Amino acid sequence: MQVSLTVNGRTQTAEIESRTLLVHYLREHLNLTGTHVGCETSYCGACTVLVDGKAIKSCTMLAVQTEGAAITTIEGLANGELHPVQQGFVERHGLQCGFCTPGMIMSAVALLDENDSPSEDEIRHGIEGNLCRCTGYHNIVKSIEYAAATMRGDDPPASDWEDES
Amino acid sequence: MFSRQFEYLAPTSLDDALSALASTPGAKIMSGGQSLIPLMKLRLFSPGTVVDIGRIDGLGDIVERDDHISIGALVRHNQTASDPLVAEHATALGQAAAWTGDHQVRNRGTTCGAMAHADIAADQPAAAIALGATMVARSSSGEREIPAQEFFVDALTSALSDDEILVELRVPTSTNGSTSAYDKLGRRGGHTDYAVAGVAVWVQVTDGSVSDARIGVTGVGTRPSLAEAAASALIGTDGNDEAITDAAALVTDGITVIEDLYGSVEYKTHLAKVFTERALRQALAG
Ligand SMILES: Cc1cc2nc3c(=O)[nH]c(=O)nc-3n(C[C@H](O)[C@H](O)[C@H](O)COP(=O)(O)OP(=O)(O)OC[C@H]3O[C@@H](n4cnc5c(N)ncnc54)[C@H](O)[C@@H]3O)c2cc1C
Ligand code: FES
Ligand code: FES
Repeated sequence: MQVSLTVNGRTQTAEIESRTLLVHYLREHLNLTGTHVGCETSYCGACTVLVDGKAIKSCTMLAVQTEGAAITTIEGLANGELHPVQQGFVERHGLQCGFCTPGMIMSAVALLDENDSPSEDEIRHGIEGNLCRCTGYHNIVKSIEYAAATMRGDDPPASDWEDES
Repeated sequence: MFSRQFEYLAPTSLDDALSALASTPGAKIMSGGQSLIPLMKLRLFSPGTVVDIGRIDGLGDIVERDDHISIGALVRHNQTASDPLVAEHATALGQAAAWTGDHQVRNRGTTCGAMAHADIAADQPAAAIALGATMVARSSSGEREIPAQEFFVDALTSALSDDEILVELRVPTSTNGSTSAYDKLGRRGGHTDYAVAGVAVWVQVTDGSVSDARIGVTGVGTRPSLAEAAASALIGTDGNDEAITDAAALVTDGITVIEDLYGSVEYKTHLAKVFTERALRQALAG
């Protein structure tokens, strides 16, 4: 089947099998391997991308379903400099092995798009569809808080290790 | 993980979708794909043809009409969860939608798809039966209405026939003094993931006493069921704490509670009581 869509601002047209999952299309046809395949069973969220601005699991969507849609992957976030959410993960050590990170960041971008000042609770709920086996989530939450502050133009909250007292 | 090969059709009108279903034996409807795609990837289910209704205009709205609100086939869980009409007239359904899966699942999965899929632990079906909702099914030969409590036949089996599409879910608009609520324990703890046990309640209070009530239970049996004994026990009381506890004690009467990976019969029976109490307190307070 033929499918035409926009990925990170670029129009793409391809001839693919109808059973090709969006994640495989991105990774294997477009070589955009930043989007990870974790569980493949719709639970871990490592494959999260934005389709028309909404976070979805690309292992649970067929590429042919995205005909005419605009996709954003982790590769599409940085624009000369890192996206504030990427920068937040750098500043607040939001990753260890990094496997969950692209999906986690895409979920965080979608969350901050809907709510520019999420509470800690809202952040934790906002990433409930993303599993991390390394960090225990604490620094991920701090990274997203950092990003939210810088995106609003506020000073980021102090880090756990910069004790101000 | 790949599914078997299938033919993919993406009609842009309901009539085309209905005639594709009627003329293609074994064809399956896909709406959000959040249950169908995982099943196909695991090859537990391999339809020869998938009819994606995602490109049909006019199925994605929630509107108020006469005596009901209508939820179209392409309304996503997130939309149901945040819609003001749902919040006003079908509070329990909005809560059940908000606690279905996670953000990504709610951005794709549909309320009507959750009905059609008829998982034994799905959240929104419990709300549909408690709210006295009606399913509107269409085939190329016409349309019929199915009361929610007759819609859920067995595990993963709804009353829809192979050539029918669930085009909308209708929930009666709330009349004087009727309120509803949903509460659950999710498999991943809190409200996340399918219900280990979930209870939706609908109550009507007239002149300070409960004049009508329906209680829908999910997760504990092989289909979402009405807890009739518990609802009858509540009717006629003033809905005080004691009446709530007495009614909740009867919640699994007439329901065959089954054990699964997530809980024993005893545990699920206990949870059903706890969530009946919590949902009733919430509904009667509102
Ligand atoms: C990670 C994860 C977590 C989840 N957690 C929960 C949860 O906590 N609670 C819960 O209730 N559910 C949960 N689900 C399931 C989710 O709610 C699905 O969205 C829902 O079960 C199916 O809706 P869908 O629109 O995705 O349907 P699809 O997957 O497209 O279809 C499912 C089935 O219904 C049929 N169907 C769909 N729409 C129609 C229609 N309009 N007319 C006729 N037949 C139709 C299809 O043919 C198919 O057999 C979860 C799913 C995932 C992947
Ligand atoms: S790979 Fe898609 S959810 Fe895990
Ligand atoms: S950093 Fe390793 S899984 Fe999250």
